[in-house]
Amino acid sequence: MGILDHHKKIETHATLLAVLSLLVVAIGGIVQIAPLFWIENTIEPVTGVRPYTPLELAGRQIYIREGCYTCHSQMIRPMRDEVERYGHYSLAAESIYDHPFQWGSKRTGPDLARVGGRYSDAWHVDHLTYPQAVVPESIMPPYGFLLEAKLDVKNIEDLLAASAMVGVPYSDEMIAGAEADVAAQLDPYADTDALLAHYPNAVVSNFDGLADVTEMDALVAYLQVLGTMVDFSTFEPDPNR
Amino acid sequence: MKTPAKRPEVGTTGHQWDGIEELNNPLPRWWLWTLYATIIWGVGYTIAYPAWPMLTGATQGVIGWSARGDVAADIARFDAANAGIKARLVAADLTQIDSQQDLSAFAQNAGAAIFRTNCATCHGAGAAGVVGKGYPNLLDDDWLWGGDIDAILTTIRHGIRNAQDPDARYSQMPAFGVDGILEGPQIAAAVEHVLAISGGDHDAALAAEGAVVFAENCVSCHGAAGKGDRELGAPNLTDAIWLYGGSREALTYTIVNARFGVMPPWAGRLSEDELRAVAVYVHSRGGGE
Repeated sequence: MGILDHHKKIETHATLLAVLSLLVVAIGGIVQIAPLFWIENTIEPVTGVRPYTPLELAGRQIYIREGCYTCHSQMIRPMRDEVERYGHYSLAAESIYDHPFQWGSKRTGPDLARVGGRYSDAWHVDHLTYPQAVVPESIMPPYGFLLEAKLDVKNIEDLLAASAMVGVPYSDEMIAGAEADVAAQLDPYADTDALLAHYPNAVVSNFDGLADVTEMDALVAYLQVLGTMVDFSTFEPDPNR
Repeated sequence: MKTPAKRPEVGTTGHQWDGIEELNNPLPRWWLWTLYATIIWGVGYTIAYPAWPMLTGATQGVIGWSARGDVAADIARFDAANAGIKARLVAADLTQIDSQQDLSAFAQNAGAAIFRTNCATCHGAGAAGVVGKGYPNLLDDDWLWGGDIDAILTTIRHGIRNAQDPDARYSQMPAFGVDGILEGPQIAAAVEHVLAISGGDHDAALAAEGAVVFAENCVSCHGAAGKGDRELGAPNLTDAIWLYGGSREALTYTIVNARFGVMPPWAGRLSEDELRAVAVYVHSRGGGE
């Protein structure tokens, strides 16, 4: 059987076996993953997706810190039941500025990909403070301490700069103005011209209703932007994806 | 245990350890054919379905399946099946919907499902709201912005005091304490007056003082008798049904800080027939006018 008779050489040579095994396994990765970096239709271009505001980005860090992703996905799959319940299925472009993305794979709680704007800020605060107060059947733990935790903004510029390093288009001006943008987004009476020039359609609100800048503010700001960037009333999906 | 007889006809692999030889038996035939079948099936699958990455995108597959096409077709199938009755619901005069029993039953069922998915989060699975937290009970006869079906539909469509919809119902109570409109004693007196007109325990002398404060500051929205004004979403203060609680502390907090309950607009998320269905459902919960 010619070539097959040589398998003894591989089986009795640990280094050769390891190298050839790696080669075989790598083929799977190369075929499935590598093309995604260069074929042009991996990510469908859509309008409206913008980088997170500094406040939203800080809220996203809290979302990750508290492990929200262990129970909540952010990925509406293209299936009728999901589209009926949560809204339009998620697009790759919607998480283009997520590093890392929060798609998740476990739904103990509902999907949050389009939770933005679905409930009032006050509801989010009530719900995060004591979920069972508004949803008696919920098994979510309370996060009331977020109302007392002051948001630490001293590293916010570094946070934006780090995101910029991995490809999020934060300009130097946006990074330098990060702290000011946090303050502007939380104050309905502030001058928000710079904030809105940096981040079109950012929602300005005192999210938790308290005077302090709290982690609750940041988390609710993040939740309220999820899934709201793309206007699906004008979006025409390419059916061949 | 019986030792299997050596089968010299298949030969050995030549491997030998401590006198034990490894027979070169062929793989079981069923196993081998299953392997070949899966290889053939795998090749066929990548031809039939989107699979291989090419220069500008993956191959589309000869049967033309796509995840998006699949879900679009699935949704279209259900839309087509209900198209007739949905069109009737959109065209119907909702005040007369009870005269069309099948349409009413459809709207009730569809509305109940939509309510559980979207509304129950704030208003509760049974539509009873959350007492004292500002999430209104939809079962009672007390309506802030109107309880006839068209008013309910408008509220659901545009929401209340939200930033997303310019047609949202809007009003804002002044923060009498925070903004320095009233002094502490005046607020305390006004609270007693509100307790008095709602039938609560109150200090009559203080309530009489409060009536003056009320007449000067509150009547433009809540009315001279405190019966409220649905045009402004100003609650009836005499019915002892409280959105944020009717205790002395809760009323004081309300007058000092004001309240600003927000409901999101549902016009973008729900289609016209869905908005109407859930309005029919809410209207039928017991308080509909």
